[in-house]
Amino acid sequence: MSKTLGRYDATLRVDRRAFLKLGVAGGTGALVAACGWDGGNAIRPKLLTVSRINDWVGEKILLSPTRLARTYAPADRSPSLPSYFISATTPMLQDPRLWRLRVDGLVRQPLQLSLDELMRMPREAYTVKHHCVEGWSGIATWHGVPVSAVVERCRPLATARYINFVSFDAGYSNGWDWASALHPQTILAYGMNDNPLPPAHGAPLRLYSPIKLGYKLTKYLVSMTLTDRRPGGYWEDQGYPWFAGL
Amino acid sequence: MSDVPAPAPGPGPVRRHHWIVRLTHWATVVLLAGMIASGLQIYEAYAHFGNRGGPYFPSPFNDAQLPAWSRLGGWLAGALNWHFALMWPLVACGLLYLSYLVASGEWRALVFRPRDLRGAIEMQKYYLGLRREHPPQGKHNPLQKLAYTFIVLLGVLSVLTGLAIYKPVQFGWLTWLFGGFQAARYWHFWTVWIFIAFTAVHVALVFLVDPHSLMAMITGWYRGRFPSHE
Repeated sequence: MSKTLGRYDATLRVDRRAFLKLGVAGGTGALVAACGWDGGNAIRPKLLTVSRINDWVGEKILLSPTRLARTYAPADRSPSLPSYFISATTPMLQDPRLWRLRVDGLVRQPLQLSLDELMRMPREAYTVKHHCVEGWSGIATWHGVPVSAVVERCRPLATARYINFVSFDAGYSNGWDWASALHPQTILAYGMNDNPLPPAHGAPLRLYSPIKLGYKLTKYLVSMTLTDRRPGGYWEDQGYPWFAGL
Repeated sequence: MSDVPAPAPGPGPVRRHHWIVRLTHWATVVLLAGMIASGLQIYEAYAHFGNRGGPYFPSPFNDAQLPAWSRLGGWLAGALNWHFALMWPLVACGLLYLSYLVASGEWRALVFRPRDLRGAIEMQKYYLGLRREHPPQGKHNPLQKLAYTFIVLLGVLSVLTGLAIYKPVQFGWLTWLFGGFQAARYWHFWTVWIFIAFTAVHVALVFLVDPHSLMAMITGWYRGRFPSHE
């Protein structure tokens, strides 16, 4: 009996200490919430490390390279789709006729493709839902050439694992994993809702895919570079999730 | 409550909560608070539900500016990183707790089953003052069972709706099941307010009905009015 009681007391004492620790943790939590804290210098790097693990889970475990996003009828299109750019004004080309898409990096055949050449390549069109990281979504139709067709044409080296998509909008860019870039619904879009791609949405050419969040879909494209080192990106370098797959 | 005769005092403190239950209970308090606070910061980026151009889902929180003290992350990216980091330990906590319930057989004392319905009505009568004496009960009374079963299901719902909006293409069937991306987002958001309402009632009942249950959840030992076991 006394043995049982002794153990009871020990449990109580230990747990009071544990409770105190918990109270301190809870108090800190409340304080943290009060400050709108992003983790500061102590925790923010750890959160970013977890974010890299989530990237890995997203790419290696959850992503199916062949599963297609649901498609919709043109009648389902949203009345409008918001857009944005980084520059002070809508990025425009001085002379659109001189524009070329540069394909380089770990390739046997670097390319300089005009819009006409891209339009003569295999065509893909679909009506899909666009998901913004902010939480809104909208449906639109996109027309373009699959990234896989362009990659095939530049004859990539076996070491290529990423593609860096770069725009002429104030240095905006996005790094992509190989599987998502070669997904059948990942395209270089030159058309939207049966019309040429409007300047607000990245004319003359933008990256589009229904399997990534909107901020991964580089507008105002100028180049795609195949690499073996993970490229960052405009939002990704500021802390947004890198993989951002849907 | 003071005019209710207390049941005969038991033989002393009884072991009430296993350490796994206590650990997962308090860890869930901290982690869920972090998930809710970062979730509210995420919500602020677009305080609507429905595709662009509408129609929008009815919600009293449309365009709501939630107070700064209730948000965690500072901005959208910071909040996302908190949310997607805390989700792992929270889900691990939930799985550990459920595994314990199954392995120990404790689920029998917690899961509300049809045969508990009668007891639940009696408990409700007692709370409403239609019945003077507290109905006999096991470890938990039928209304508690109903509440604890409900909150586990709510936890499952919040995880599933979360997955449906985290990967709406890879888990497309799940997103479809909840009525689409915006509907899943809507339900995910509502689980927050149900969790908060549950917590408010839960804490109020602890202090009003059985304050000893608080110490039991901390130390594991219960020395209050309802020491019986099933």
